[in-house]
Amino acid sequence: MQNWQPTTTSEARIARAAMLRLIRDFFYTRSVLEVDTPLLSAGTVTDEHLEAFETPFHFSSTGEPVRLFLQTSPEYAMKRLLCAQSGSIYQICKAFRHEGEGRWHNPEFTMLEWYRIDFDHFALMNEVDELLQLVLNTQAGKQISYQRAFIEYLDVDPLNTCDEVLVDIMSKENIDIHAPETLSFDSKLQLLFSYCIEPKIGQQRPCFVYNFPASQAALAKINEDDPRVADRFEVYFKGVELANGFNELSAAQEQRNRFQQDNEKRQQAELATKPIDENFLCALEAGLPSCAGVALGIDRLLMLKIGAQHIQEVINFPVSRA
Amino acid sequence: MAHYSTNEFKGGLKIMLDGEPCNILENEYVKPGKGQAFNRVKIRKLISGKVLEKTFRSGESVEGADVMDTELAYLYTDGEFYHFMNNDTFEQIAADEKAVGDNKKWLVENDICTITLWNGSPITVTPQNFVELEITETDPGLKGDTAGTGGKPATLSTGAVVRVPLFVQTGEVIRVDTRSGEYVSRAQK
Repeated sequence: MQNWQPTTTSEARIARAAMLRLIRDFFYTRSVLEVDTPLLSAGTVTDEHLEAFETPFHFSSTGEPVRLFLQTSPEYAMKRLLCAQSGSIYQICKAFRHEGEGRWHNPEFTMLEWYRIDFDHFALMNEVDELLQLVLNTQAGKQISYQRAFIEYLDVDPLNTCDEVLVDIMSKENIDIHAPETLSFDSKLQLLFSYCIEPKIGQQRPCFVYNFPASQAALAKINEDDPRVADRFEVYFKGVELANGFNELSAAQEQRNRFQQDNEKRQQAELATKPIDENFLCALEAGLPSCAGVALGIDRLLMLKIGAQHIQEVINFPVSRA
Repeated sequence: MAHYSTNEFKGGLKIMLDGEPCNILENEYVKPGKGQAFNRVKIRKLISGKVLEKTFRSGESVEGADVMDTELAYLYTDGEFYHFMNNDTFEQIAADEKAVGDNKKWLVENDICTITLWNGSPITVTPQNFVELEITETDPGLKGDTAGTGGKPATLSTGAVVRVPLFVQTGEVIRVDTRSGEYVSRAQK
């Protein structure tokens, strides 16, 4: 059966337009430049748990057929602009992830991503907080370290524990999964965080969780004072993961090493390795100015704004009707 | 039997778990931005009736369960089995005490029930949401109590005991909600 109708109401569409205008105003008054980068890219993310859509391109100027990837976020391209002295920039664009649908997930979604020159992740958390106060009329957010959150809600120090302890906690919390011991250490932490911490934090006002374990650094700098953690933060509100930000790693060689380690993990997990974005690494070699950046899910933000229960209420044609 | 990947999980899908057919009640896709994806699933075990929560790694697949619901009319019990008939084909099926369970007290002759079959055998019998049954015994109530405050126990023709308002008397037929076991009203004449 064909489903041609949108899954949104007219009110939701109007709310989206109004919210985007508010966000653009926010950045305009702060002199952050709106930019536009391609959705298609020759390189892609190497992250073990992120899959990009890919497509063949038959008209490359080299004469050879090439693979192109739909971006999972505009991060690499935006950092190339930063390396080219763009100054602080933001973008509202589509991002794509080759994964399932759910209440909070659609494989194609809208992302707001921005970078602030000479901000660290704490300064950027404050700016995210101001944006949320403007868009959602929230109170000022609460900040808690990843370590403190685990100690407070699960009575375990995530920076000083082992797999066996985490498996025990999972069983105590009635997380029933086949062969939990075969999950990676970080997957165990993430599962515990999703099930036991996320629902409890940020219910009244946004919660900023910062200083993630270094093993989950992604593209963040390792903390100068405590190398066990990375300068990475996430924002949670009403049980939703809303944004992810970094004090951006600028060292090209370290970035290359992380990509290679990712690909090694992919091989161990019997997943195809991914082509590293050489343009991005070249740009880092030219020099990324000190900056912090964050990506925020616009569809989820709109869900919170209008009280939607499912992402389909804010996306006109979700993937099942695409 | 077919296998289902977690992508196909949705409410109503019947799968096998620990050798028991189960019905998926809820399925939530859990994916931390930078982490592995999981499916958090609420499941009802169809034989024990237990509801439990289970987590699957996304992409995992599980065996489907050959479970189907069929609407059959209740005929009679011979003490050991409860006999039902398909009113279109006149085919008869017998369900044992275990499949009928507590619902035996709501079985009314000729009423249509939902029988859940696993590999062709009945595993649960669900009566209609409302049934009408005669009161065989209740204390004579006080006249004038129409508000139904307090109430009194009444035994019905099937042996079920429900609380009824004081004004309802032995011999009357009442309407009962089988899901909550509560009195609804006097039956329409």
